[in-house]
Amino acid sequence: MAAAVHLMKTPAELTLAETFAAVEDRLPGTGDMAAARAAAFARFAASGLPHRRVEAWRYTDLRTLMREAAPLAAPPDAAARAGAAGKGALFAALAARRLYVVNGAFVPELSDLSPEPGLMIRSMAAALAEGDPLVAAHLGQVVASDDAVLALNTALMGDGVVIHVAKGAALARPIHIVHVADLAAPAALFVRSLLVAEEEATVSLIETHEGPAEGAYQVNCALEIVAGDGAKVSRVKVTAEGPGALHLASLLARVGAQAAFSAAGFVLGGAVVRNQLAIRLDGAESVAHVSGASLLSGRQHADTTLAMEHTAPRCESREAFRAVLDGEARDVFQGRIAVRQAAQKTDARMMSRALLLSDRAEANAKPELEIFADDVQCGHGCTAGALDANLKFYLMARGIPETEAVALLVEAFVGEVVDQIEDETVRDALMGAIRAWLLARA
Amino acid sequence: MTPLLEIADLHAEIEGGRNILDGLSLTVNPGEVHAIMGPNGAGKSTLSYVLSGKPGYVITSGSIKLAGVELSELAPDARAALGLFLAFQYPLEIPGVSTMAFLHAAVNAQKKKRGEAEMTSPELLKRVREIGKSLDISAEMLRRPLNVGFSGGEKKRNETLQMMLLEPRLCVLDETDSGLDIDALKVVSNGVNALRAPDRSMVVITHYQRLLDYIVPDVVHVLAAGRIVHSGGKELALELEATGYAQFQTEAA
Repeated sequence: MAAAVHLMKTPAELTLAETFAAVEDRLPGTGDMAAARAAAFARFAASGLPHRRVEAWRYTDLRTLMREAAPLAAPPDAAARAGAAGKGALFAALAARRLYVVNGAFVPELSDLSPEPGLMIRSMAAALAEGDPLVAAHLGQVVASDDAVLALNTALMGDGVVIHVAKGAALARPIHIVHVADLAAPAALFVRSLLVAEEEATVSLIETHEGPAEGAYQVNCALEIVAGDGAKVSRVKVTAEGPGALHLASLLARVGAQAAFSAAGFVLGGAVVRNQLAIRLDGAESVAHVSGASLLSGRQHADTTLAMEHTAPRCESREAFRAVLDGEARDVFQGRIAVRQAAQKTDARMMSRALLLSDRAEANAKPELEIFADDVQCGHGCTAGALDANLKFYLMARGIPETEAVALLVEAFVGEVVDQIEDETVRDALMGAIRAWLLARA
Repeated sequence: MTPLLEIADLHAEIEGGRNILDGLSLTVNPGEVHAIMGPNGAGKSTLSYVLSGKPGYVITSGSIKLAGVELSELAPDARAALGLFLAFQYPLEIPGVSTMAFLHAAVNAQKKKRGEAEMTSPELLKRVREIGKSLDISAEMLRRPLNVGFSGGEKKRNETLQMMLLEPRLCVLDETDSGLDIDALKVVSNGVNALRAPDRSMVVITHYQRLLDYIVPDVVHVLAAGRIVHSGGKELALELEATGYAQFQTEAA
């Protein structure tokens, strides 16, 4: 069958093709890795930028939203490195191991690389250049995907972080990857990271993304996670990009048997944000909690697209998402739970709720269940609505001013997903960020 | 003496809807307890909402003054800070907002607006525990989200706790007896009676006379078809219990 080859035609697509041709030979990795890049770019070229007729991108027409492709970012200069040191302050109270990725490049001299038994951290660029066997074994193979944006990441990935946690190792501190964009002119960052937690390993990963208060820039980042049997892996991500950012992120995770996996994402910044998650529960009796909240104002657009796949029996998954929308903001939640035939006794529940604080805001929700096993408990639901006027009146009747009453109700609304995070310091930091968003709004 | 509450020829309607209050006048002096009784649909709950400023209720004419200050243009929180408290007939459940956090926000918002020193968390906790003890409210209840999973009686006790904590000048009790068994009614009434003071007034809205055995009013009014059609002493409540409201409904019509 002849592949339907998309002819690269938008200015952004043409620029990306030129960019790839120009840098292909300079990007880290040779041999199989270089071939994988070329194949990935060919995949991207075959489809082009995803648009509204691509079901997974139905509400986020990237062909329209990404008019131009920015040139690849240069390695961070001394000023950018120095400026990055103070970032990630949202989690300042957390005793974490901080790793810095500035303008898409891992910066070892800023990062805390003090040795810890069972922990290996290295730069993705170095790992690719040297043909690191861990990367060769897992990169691009954690969860199969034909997504064009992920293919573009694979083609153009420059750097990122590789983390390996050995069998049975429980890390003493969470790892916080501080992603910073510090750019004088529009640029594109392609970041790729890999976390491999072997059997019975315990690791908590936090990622924050921050950027300049002015100017347009583009981030395409991807993280692959392998959680071995009995591993306990949690990941919290805060997208607090600058107001001119186009942020496209992919999370791909494969979870073994009797493991505990959680992923929580919070969107507070960026012009256009897409967080796509593909999570596969591959071993029996695992538990996964996937959650997120987007707090949007102005003309922000955030899209969370989740594919949760149960392939093994007796797993439990919970998916909880919230959106708080002001101004003309637009939120998209697409969630699909797929239960394969072997995944008997699956227990999966998905709920998305949107709170519209403005008449002009928009929430789009598309929950789906795809079930091939006959003995399962699965459910989904979604709601979208304005703040309950009666609740607001009750609070105001006790003397609480309107802005404070709204803040209390919004915090309660988003708090339902924050409360699921295990670490109290992380929860407090997130509630602080939510409060700051509400204050900025008022 | 300035009346604490002075409602003059009040007309109000539900937004875009029908007229509910139709020339209601009522004067309550400091220290007095007034009962408002009346048949279903007379406008009793509407009166409580119009007093407290619930959105959706529009005052078309007339005035409401609290200690000489016109309330009709003020937001609900401003009315509360001036000392108006509405004990809801159906207190709302607010998931995700803890009872203590709510009390803290309410007390200090009012104090801030009045230019008073705010209460610290330990001060507040101590005070809430004291009041809670008198109302049979456990520490466990205070830790729960506001009214979530509370029984009808627990909700009314929680309303009473808020009232005792906020120390309003005017308490409006909207059908506080509804959904209460006799024991809960006694507990709530004791709380309300403890608040009776020479400078504090109460408007007790009720359908049944029973509540007035516990909260004994100085004046009883009959509200029918949106206005006060008859007033008398506390014995009027007993009379109404015996004869019903039919005579006043025809009078008003």
